[in-house]
Amino acid sequence: MNRQVSATLSGQMRLQLKGITKQYPGCLANDKVDLEIAAGEIHALLGENGAGKSTLMKMIYGVTKPDAGEILWQGAAIDIKNPSMARKMGIGMVFQHFSLFETLTVTENIALALGDEAGDLQLLAKRISTVSKQYGMELNPDRHIHSLSVGERQRVEIVRCLVQDIKLLILDEPTSVLTPQEVEILFVTLRQLAADGCSILFISHKLKEVQALCHNATILRGGKVTGDCIPAEAGATKMAQLMVGADTPISSDYPKATGGEVFLAVENLSKSSEDPFGTSLKKVNFSVRRGEILGIAGVAGNGQEELLAALSGEHLLDSSDPVKFAGRAIGLLGPRERRQLGLAFVPEERLGRGAVPEMSLVENTLLTGFLQGLLNFGFINQGKTEQFSQKIIDDYKVKTPSNRTAAQSLSGGNLQKFIIGREILQNPQLLVAAHPTWGVDIGAATAIHKALIELRDKGAAILVVSEDIDELFLISDRLCAICDGELSPSKATQETSIEEVGRWMTGVFEPSEPTAPQHADSMLNTSTIN
Amino acid sequence: MDIDLITNILYAMVRTGTPLLIVALGELVCERSGVLNLGQEGMMLMGAVVGFIVTLTTGSLMLGFILAIVAGMLMSMLFAAIALGLNANQVATGLALTIFGTGLSAFIGAGYVGVPITGLEPIAIPYLSDIPLIGKMLFAQDLVVYLSFGLFGLVYWFFKSSRLGLTVKAVGENPHAANSLGLPVMRTRYLAVAFGGGMAGLAGGYLSLAYTPLWAENMVAGRGWIALALVVFATWRADRIIFGAYLFGLASILNLVVQGLGYPVSPNLLAMMPYAATVLVLVMISSNVMKSKMYTPMWLGKPFHPHS
Repeated sequence: MNRQVSATLSGQMRLQLKGITKQYPGCLANDKVDLEIAAGEIHALLGENGAGKSTLMKMIYGVTKPDAGEILWQGAAIDIKNPSMARKMGIGMVFQHFSLFETLTVTENIALALGDEAGDLQLLAKRISTVSKQYGMELNPDRHIHSLSVGERQRVEIVRCLVQDIKLLILDEPTSVLTPQEVEILFVTLRQLAADGCSILFISHKLKEVQALCHNATILRGGKVTGDCIPAEAGATKMAQLMVGADTPISSDYPKATGGEVFLAVENLSKSSEDPFGTSLKKVNFSVRRGEILGIAGVAGNGQEELLAALSGEHLLDSSDPVKFAGRAIGLLGPRERRQLGLAFVPEERLGRGAVPEMSLVENTLLTGFLQGLLNFGFINQGKTEQFSQKIIDDYKVKTPSNRTAAQSLSGGNLQKFIIGREILQNPQLLVAAHPTWGVDIGAATAIHKALIELRDKGAAILVVSEDIDELFLISDRLCAICDGELSPSKATQETSIEEVGRWMTGVFEPSEPTAPQHADSMLNTSTIN
Repeated sequence: MDIDLITNILYAMVRTGTPLLIVALGELVCERSGVLNLGQEGMMLMGAVVGFIVTLTTGSLMLGFILAIVAGMLMSMLFAAIALGLNANQVATGLALTIFGTGLSAFIGAGYVGVPITGLEPIAIPYLSDIPLIGKMLFAQDLVVYLSFGLFGLVYWFFKSSRLGLTVKAVGENPHAANSLGLPVMRTRYLAVAFGGGMAGLAGGYLSLAYTPLWAENMVAGRGWIALALVVFATWRADRIIFGAYLFGLASILNLVVQGLGYPVSPNLLAMMPYAATVLVLVMISSNVMKSKMYTPMWLGKPFHPHS
């Protein structure tokens, strides 16, 4: 089918890239990249983080310019000077990090992008309603962005492109913020758009989605094109190896565990958010046993940050009862006391909260490792700190010139391995990890997953909060989901499905009851039967 | 208190609040574009001294006001060249601008201290100004006060329903997103800073040409700083700025009235009142974090490099 689509234009492609090269200081981001997209074609650009996908699309959208090579638009060579020129040509772009303004309404946001063409705002609002209905993505034009869910925000970004005369739509990792159901809706919209003649460049690292949606795929690794294929026909393994290279192991399957006694118990945890754009927690109930990994799925901004802050001790609770470590109520204890009781914490932001960007790895070791005998009467024991940091680097294969390197100069994957290693080597009884492999390449993600499983098998309780539902199914023993500050009941991973967790992510569940200890016993019984 | 006294207090309240209102409206536009210019005091002083000298030498109040505005704008462009063009720290640059403006205005105004001129006269609008209580307050003022009413309306409408206002808000909330949409981030910021400078110059000119028609060293007396605080405590909303400015005016006048009535209160304590009362009241109304965050320019004071 895809070949038919490209044949209709009889050789004239909508967009052609020829030998695009872009050099950044110390890194060749794109090396002689060729790419062709026909009218009405959905074309995947596959690659790991750092493969050069973002650089390539920035050049198509006029944000940066290639050092060498040629861009052809509808057959004619063109120099795309800036994003507004790209938009005038009919190129629309949906960014991974949305370029929306929280305090403005949907209409105002779209008016800003349209410039002088926006015209009367009321007419524009009507047009937004019509277009969004036409493509099955209903939107209320008068709502403020901060009141929208992440999925709805993405709709705003897409509708913003659609109200213009669009010929090429670029989507950067569009599904990473959506529930499985929302992904389906998005795909329907995209297919409809393509049928109307719009070309779509779909940037992703998720093979299943590319196979389900795209006509053709171009695969990038290390800035170079490593292959072109028809996703529906090429095998997933082949595409994965083209993405990561032949020598990288890909995580497959881990044995599931059922755990022992409850270590972390959260009962009726309610907390109003301190951020006006945040989400308040509503009667959250769950427990994590020693020797098991509990995964919490959910779309960003549904109370994850608030829950994590309440567990780490960054936000103290109003009373000490709702959170218990091994039966001890700790809701009023600060982060330091909680760490003394066996907590380790991997925050979502690597730079800024997990590590101090300007400081060396040795100094960052001290950041949470100070309880490991690295201090002498308040003075730093340099020797021990250095040893400990070196142990993290060696044990977790952190690629770094030395332990004196600043945290900010490590790649995302390496820094994350360092942070996870630092927390795990403290032998925690409870590890709380937020988005442990977000923006990390497959090799590092596999190493991190293995480390988490090993820690679990040593008897630690582990809580993983993630937006990546595939990851959660891979490593969690038990799963639940958070939606609008409420937590779903949990189920053993084998007994649930992506569809069910997807429904939980949209809030379709009976809130969990505070019956954690008994629940754990019954779970134990069923597991022995299995 | 008789009705005449109250009428006069209201009249003086608006007159006293006017320079504060003008400079705060200018700073509001500037800050909502994401630029924090702490140089208000210096820009006002330059406006005051330039306006005064021009009027004294040419005899034209009109020319005095225009060049006061130009002086404020030039000062703000000096700030913009350093803080926006060279991406210097906005706080440090703004402080330097105030110190520079204070010194320069004292230097060029040294020969003019205490020279009297005829200031801007009030124009009473027939009939309307005879309305009891509020007639004098609203309709017997000078031209700049009437202009300030218009400026308030303009800025309020600008942010509520104009396209350019939308752009300014977008640039102040997230310049990177604005840039990716092709909005002219730097140009918007330069224009916002220039508007802020022009308003500060006008407010300075009002002080030396209308409010107290003479030049004295450092005659702005902290109004630039109060205006800065006013913008923050008014949570970047024009309607609260006008309220805060007149509140400051009212407290200043009551302080004079109380002194005039001869109550045994330390004059220093009374002189403090307008500042304390304004800050206190505005802190109270801005204590709702939820609502105030809606208007806060999130990128305030942070430099923006278009190509990073």
